[in-house]
Amino acid sequence: MAYSDKVIDHYSNPRNVGTLDKSKKEVGTGLVGAPECGDVMRLQIEVDPETQVIKDARFKTFGCGSAIASSSLATEWLKGKTVEEAMTIDNMDIVEELALPPVKIHCSVLAEDAIRSAINDYRVKNGLDPIPDTHKPH
Amino acid sequence: MLLIQDTSNHQMLKLPIYLDNNATTRMDERVLEAMLPYFTEYFGNAASRNHPYGWKAEEAVDYAREQIAQLIGCSEKEIIFTSGATESNNLAIKGVAEMYASKGNHIITLTTEHKAVLDACKHLEKQGIEVTYLSVKEDGMVDIEAFRNAFTPKTILVSIMFGNNEIGVVQPIEELSKITHEKGALFHTDATQAVGKIPVNVDTHGIDLLSFTGHKMYGPKGIGALYVRRKNPRVKVTAQMDGGGHERGMRSGTLNVPGIVGFGKACEICRLEMASESVRLAALRDKLEAELSTMEESYINGNKEHRLPHVSNMSFKYVEGEGLIMGVKDIAVSSGSACTSASLEPSYVLKSLGLSDDLAHSSLRFGLSRYTTEEEVDFAIQCVRKAVNQLRDMSPLWEMFKDGVDLDAVEWAHH
Repeated sequence: MAYSDKVIDHYSNPRNVGTLDKSKKEVGTGLVGAPECGDVMRLQIEVDPETQVIKDARFKTFGCGSAIASSSLATEWLKGKTVEEAMTIDNMDIVEELALPPVKIHCSVLAEDAIRSAINDYRVKNGLDPIPDTHKPH
Repeated sequence: MLLIQDTSNHQMLKLPIYLDNNATTRMDERVLEAMLPYFTEYFGNAASRNHPYGWKAEEAVDYAREQIAQLIGCSEKEIIFTSGATESNNLAIKGVAEMYASKGNHIITLTTEHKAVLDACKHLEKQGIEVTYLSVKEDGMVDIEAFRNAFTPKTILVSIMFGNNEIGVVQPIEELSKITHEKGALFHTDATQAVGKIPVNVDTHGIDLLSFTGHKMYGPKGIGALYVRRKNPRVKVTAQMDGGGHERGMRSGTLNVPGIVGFGKACEICRLEMASESVRLAALRDKLEAELSTMEESYINGNKEHRLPHVSNMSFKYVEGEGLIMGVKDIAVSSGSACTSASLEPSYVLKSLGLSDDLAHSSLRFGLSRYTTEEEVDFAIQCVRKAVNQLRDMSPLWEMFKDGVDLDAVEWAHH
């Protein structure tokens, strides 16, 4: 399959690979997917508690080039956004940016799930209710 | 495609290096040379009885039949030309089911067979034929007792491949065909990956029907054959392609003369060079495996002793197959990963070995060839090592494994 240049770029030069300290209150960790499906994404955010701005974001992904690119792109987009702004990231934005073919759309959906999961983990750790997933049926 | 200089010993390597020879092979120049006159010079229809154009074509076909027959130890009268192994498999399975319908309606095969066999069997099931799909052991070998017990008084055919296209495992064909004959059934083998690479003899191995094709043995695509035994016993198959009665009424259609000529030449070359080639290829394959096995959590899939000399299937845990293929773009290989197949299901052959999904996802299949050099294998080793390490640095599963987390105990957030 021919990958878009952007997918190849993210794969060869991934942004923000790494691990944040999940015991810290300011860190939210999202772990989504399953080994049997061939896709596991771990996305972490570090939030400035005063401004609610995401100061840092890291990812590690077990998955194909499109999955790696989707999560790498997600960390790029998350940095500098507030938590509220981050909730508006839609998987189709990722599809468009990376020119993902139909068979790879599920990778972008997983990245969106990872973002929400990280945000909810941060919220729960800080005494807030998680935001329910009313977004769209899977 | 580009040329690069391999700095370690100044060899020029053409990239990407082709190591997917189980998918198809490059044609041997000698085969191409043999074929060329039959396109514009001796272009007659081999069935044209009345003029030299036809006679010349027929002569070339007869000669090729001989070359092919010699490779598998049969008579040239027992070779039926088809468009390839897929057609040969269909002809064997459907052709026997139809011809021997009065004798019985049960077929035995394996879960690890090629789709051409499995789908032909599924098609027959819709028509009331019963099929037993036997599981294999963890190393890909048939369980002989289970095989023996699968027979019923209505079993007419067994179809078991000689060498597996994904993991290279070679079944104990002699033993299996012996049992098959004791039980009064016919033995068919899809020998596509084995013919020309290891000795295959229809008498020694007790084979009644055998499928194979040109493009896996440095010959052209679009031409294959089905060996159909004529003596002890005399086997017949009902034609699946009607129209003119060619190939003793078993497969109609104008013969692909240039293809046949090429196929014949390819078989001859394999027959003469197989012995030395298989030793060389096994050594290269063993080097590849030995080096890659030094990486942590790497696994060789399939029986290591009973297998084709040029095939290696390895899994690298905690990295995903398609991601791995992307990382090794300087070598052309295939993966048992779901993402690389049209469905999201991982390789059914690897699953039949009992491999967990994640190991099936992270596998690479290497198929070496007559043209593979040691420099290319060394390059491939470096390439795979680099990609696996790079992906493991990015993998949450690898991190969790290194931290001592029991991944089987984790509750994953499924879709």
